[in-house]
Amino acid sequence: MATTSRTARLGRLERPALTGVLVREVVNFSSFWRSSTFSSTVEPTIYLLAFGFGFGSLVSKIGGYDYVQFVGTGTVATAVLFSSAFPAMFGTFVKYQFQRTYDAILAAPVDTEELVTAEALWIATRAGVYGCVPMLVAIAFGLQPAWGMFLVPLIAWTAGFGWACFGIMIAGFAKSFENFNYVVSAVLTPLFLVAGTFFPLNRLPKWAQVLGEVNPLHHCVQLVRDAVLYGLVWTDLLRVGFLVLFALVIWRIAIHAMTRKLID
Amino acid sequence: MSAELAISLRGAVKRYGPITAVNHLDLEVPLGTCVGLLGPNGAGKSTTMRLLTAQSIADEGEIEVLGFRLPEESKAARAQCGVSPQLDNLDTTLTVQQNLLVFAHLYRIARADRAEAIERALKMANLVERRDSRVDKLSGGMRRRLLIARALIHRPRLVLLDEPTVGLDPQVRQELWALIDKLRSEGTTILMSTHYIEEAQRLADTVLIMSHGSAVAAGRPSELVLQHAGHEVLEVYGPPARLREVEAEAGAAGLRTRRTGTSISILGIDANGDHSFEGDRRPANLEDVFVLLTGEEIA
Repeated sequence: MATTSRTARLGRLERPALTGVLVREVVNFSSFWRSSTFSSTVEPTIYLLAFGFGFGSLVSKIGGYDYVQFVGTGTVATAVLFSSAFPAMFGTFVKYQFQRTYDAILAAPVDTEELVTAEALWIATRAGVYGCVPMLVAIAFGLQPAWGMFLVPLIAWTAGFGWACFGIMIAGFAKSFENFNYVVSAVLTPLFLVAGTFFPLNRLPKWAQVLGEVNPLHHCVQLVRDAVLYGLVWTDLLRVGFLVLFALVIWRIAIHAMTRKLID
Repeated sequence: MSAELAISLRGAVKRYGPITAVNHLDLEVPLGTCVGLLGPNGAGKSTTMRLLTAQSIADEGEIEVLGFRLPEESKAARAQCGVSPQLDNLDTTLTVQQNLLVFAHLYRIARADRAEAIERALKMANLVERRDSRVDKLSGGMRRRLLIARALIHRPRLVLLDEPTVGLDPQVRQELWALIDKLRSEGTTILMSTHYIEEAQRLADTVLIMSHGSAVAAGRPSELVLQHAGHEVLEVYGPPARLREVEAEAGAAGLRTRRTGTSISILGIDANGDHSFEGDRRPANLEDVFVLLTGEEIA
């Protein structure tokens, strides 16, 4: 059998493939950035205002800071969760199940690993930006600007990458939209509530505190608070390490789940 | 076959649980030719297309595309292929031009060449005037042309067209045939799946007839017709009882028949001059061949 002349096989995680998927996301984002920005920023801001001023009228200070400042830094993690896990979960499902977008992309020289990675990178970037909104709103309500605030986009990005991969992973395993209800009710809501966003974890029972320590959202909350309010300490490196480890592990599982879903 | 091959499948098998979608399929597509996969829905055409982009992984067999072994080297093969899917997967909230821009990036067209590639694709698809239209505002025919233009934006050596005209009205189908014919004449290698007899007969150099995941015949359309159905077919019309009689008589005379609803077609009539059947003669076609070989009517 005579076959055509060939060139070298292509590698993994190539920049042109990642760029191609990212360009698609950016171009698409230009058509829906208003609604996306609205939902990703207004919702955490409402939490901030409702809890900040609602509970704030009952709880004046926590750890020496006004409650609105405590919540303002905590809801950064909420904004990250809302702008990463949820869009990743629903967006991924829609793209492979209804729009068949991934079929089109995988017919080009892009593999599933690159597709998942680029999607997560883009969502993480959005989370890095949207995550800062509650903090900026809190500044308007008395949060003192600090140099550590410049680290917040980076913290939000790192946490956002992990949560984006989490959303993609769930979409990869889901058989229908209804499956997401279990994840939202049984996983995301409890994690959201025991992240230390609205109250310190040290007021909770011991077992809840232990659970909190394996909650990536909690580490995101603590890192932001340390960067903005309390000052960074060496244990924050462990928190960063935890977020990075969470992101890496979930990233690989997300790739596995999506490969099973997209390649039969 | 001495020509260089764009596609080579040998003994490809793809199973989905108890269903064998592709069953020991052999297929060779020489460079510069247009090969049609002809078969009804469920024959395994789309699965074969997915095997060629490694979106499905064969359970058995060997597959090479443009000299690259699949699935290991599929990414390199896909860089030189264009794929127009059966189901529309355009980004509907983007404009025509934005869709092409995205795929210019995905197919790694250099920045300096990107604008020219998009212009060329727009012209080829006759969508220059609609470049700024959102895809969800386009007609079905325009969307189908855009899908093909998207597949061709990087000047691929091989184009996979999965049911390129399915669901389109006859006029739009003619437009797309002209587009595919132009590609053919420019020497692009094309593998096209279809369940339209006329499409395969008109566009394909070689046709592979598929049924239940297997190839039942392959060859030039005219040769397949001549080999299996002869030059002419006699259409005999009449009430059901008469058609049953004719069918029995033809069978006794060693002639092959196919039922076509209100008539019965007697094939290979030109080679059997001494018969007593009366009816309308017509040229034999690929549909006759298909029905004869598979026992199925094609949609």
